[in-house]
Amino acid sequence: MSFYNTYKKYKNYDFETAFTETTSEDVLRIINKPVKKPEDLAVLLSEAAQEPEVLEAMAQEANRITERFFGRTITLFTPLYLSNVCDNGCVYCGFNRNNPVKRGILTPEEIEAEGRAIRESGIRHVIILTGESRRATPPEYVAQAVRILKKYVDSVIIEIYSLTEPEYEMLFEAGAEGFTMFQETYNEDIYPALHPIGEKADYRKRLDSPELACKAGYNTVNLGALLGLDDWRRDTFFTGLHAKYLQDKYPGSDIAVSIPRICEHEGVTGYNAACSVKDIDLVQAMLAYRLFLPRLGITISTREPAALRDRLIGLGVTKMSAGSVTEVGGHADEAKSDGQFEITDTRSVEEMSEAIRARGYQPVFKDWE
Amino acid sequence: MNIILNGEDTIVAEGTTVTAILEERKTDPKTVVVEADGEILKPEDFETTVLKEGSVLEVLRFVGGG
Amino acid sequence: MTDNDEFIINGHKINSRLFLGTGKFGDDALIPKCIEVSGAHIVTVAIRRVDFNTNTDNITQHLPKDCILMPNTHGARNAEEAVRIARLGRAAGCGDWVKIEVVSDNKYLLPDNEETLKATEILVNDGFIVMPYMTPDLYAARRMRDAGAASVMPLGAPIGTNKGFKTRELVEIMCNELDIPVIVDAGIGKPSEAAECMEAGADAVLVNTAIATAADPVLMAEAFGEAVRAGRKAYLSGPGAVKSMAEASTPLTGFLR
Repeated sequence: MSFYNTYKKYKNYDFETAFTETTSEDVLRIINKPVKKPEDLAVLLSEAAQEPEVLEAMAQEANRITERFFGRTITLFTPLYLSNVCDNGCVYCGFNRNNPVKRGILTPEEIEAEGRAIRESGIRHVIILTGESRRATPPEYVAQAVRILKKYVDSVIIEIYSLTEPEYEMLFEAGAEGFTMFQETYNEDIYPALHPIGEKADYRKRLDSPELACKAGYNTVNLGALLGLDDWRRDTFFTGLHAKYLQDKYPGSDIAVSIPRICEHEGVTGYNAACSVKDIDLVQAMLAYRLFLPRLGITISTREPAALRDRLIGLGVTKMSAGSVTEVGGHADEAKSDGQFEITDTRSVEEMSEAIRARGYQPVFKDWE
Repeated sequence: MNIILNGEDTIVAEGTTVTAILEERKTDPKTVVVEADGEILKPEDFETTVLKEGSVLEVLRFVGGG
Repeated sequence: MTDNDEFIINGHKINSRLFLGTGKFGDDALIPKCIEVSGAHIVTVAIRRVDFNTNTDNITQHLPKDCILMPNTHGARNAEEAVRIARLGRAAGCGDWVKIEVVSDNKYLLPDNEETLKATEILVNDGFIVMPYMTPDLYAARRMRDAGAASVMPLGAPIGTNKGFKTRELVEIMCNELDIPVIVDAGIGKPSEAAECMEAGADAVLVNTAIATAADPVLMAEAFGEAVRAGRKAYLSGPGAVKSMAEASTPLTGFLR
């Protein structure tokens, strides 16, 4: 049993009709439906939903649901890149192995320094990322990093290459309690051209990794598609279904999604995104997720500009990054490499907390004991 | 000899079979389930099952229930 | 039933979402008429010691041959007793269906979920189609599902009270979260309450006391049959657009324009 079975069931769904021929009445009727089916998610992602009164109705309900299940709080976290050495050749990514960017790997001492700096900033939730390379940053290296960081923060989430179930368990034992992996695109037909080389070329392996993490007992499992690689509506639809599949099957894990939009990156020439994702599209995706899965965590990173991020508070987002750096290290000292993508919201943790409070919400640094 | 029939001490003749007990009590074998000493009997065994001293016999049927 | 709304339990097609209990009737001869007018397909019976003095009829001779007979383990106070009764039921020719009912509380007649789970595990392994009557509890229901139960049967209200669908909130959660049929059993006193169960997403309803003790049981059975069908259609047709917001509060998406 794998999410792939669900994907195949909906792969050839008539999205064209759902997205273009749905009326605003159809959308309004779905908004308050207590339990929504996949077909309803497609309705929420339709073009009609972007009509001003309809989108506003979705937003009001999404706001109510988010407050009911999450309260008026935003959990803050920061990403820490341990390494950007990567064996994959993803055509859209700044860390693509053929990209002549400066590479670096943090030593244990440097990780300690990062941990200290992050703790000082107030952050207690960290996502550790690596470029995807088993040889450069093997699971034992990651485990060591987890152990070091657990001295300084309460929650470590891993966002690295695909592991086996025993390896996920090993890292869980080491102290990692969360897992993130983006499928990038759920479209299995365009996936190969986007990921021509490296382990990540294996679509099925990547698709099934989040489930392995759930099986290994991870408390938090985050999914996402990089919007813009394919029709953003389709990828949001499948991400939603993937989240629901895991939520239903592993009720003990908190499932969350991120909504990254492809943006400017350093040094990769020749790649043009399949579709551009406007602000209103991002908002619609968030609202659709919230209405489809009331208890889903939703993350917005610093890819997005400050003004927009602030406006998203209250529309469904539950986690935001702050004090972000997409270069290797960078929290303590000078970054050790070039960055993966451009950070647009460069606000510090302090500034981010202020902005959250200004919206009537409370920034949360440690959301569990 | 003494047996326990549906929870009550009952005296029956030596060598009595299950079929005999049912007949005596005007009970149609086709309408009941019989359990002898904890074992559920197949209907074809009623004729051949001979009761012993101290046998525990349960004769049950379906009744209305929710 | 509407097209494409098949009701399948353990691979068997069930023709009615009303299950009929056969206890408490003043006159057992009414039962076949009740089955006929309500359309009930699954009918529960109990197993009792024969009373040689009164020599009442075996109830199954009153029941149409195409009914599915489901003995309940009424009387069992623990798993062991339930298992024994289930096996007796099967030996008596009920097929493999069994409704597990384990009650050791005589005040409220509330089922003991823990003993019910134990009985479920044993009887599933013994090849029974197990339908556990239980107190609504999502965790217990999941465990029963994992043990192989063909459905779960949460109570609507304590047996015989006819109090209605008191457990709606919890049962609705179960309907949303479980992938096996959820059949509300016990406590339903009126056809409107049976319709409510179906509107909440239940797959079926079992009714006994409300029909057996009605002034006109046959007419009441007919009403329940219609109510269950109506409730199901309502559930399938989807709720209307309920505008729960009176006025828009601060506009949340104005900034996009």
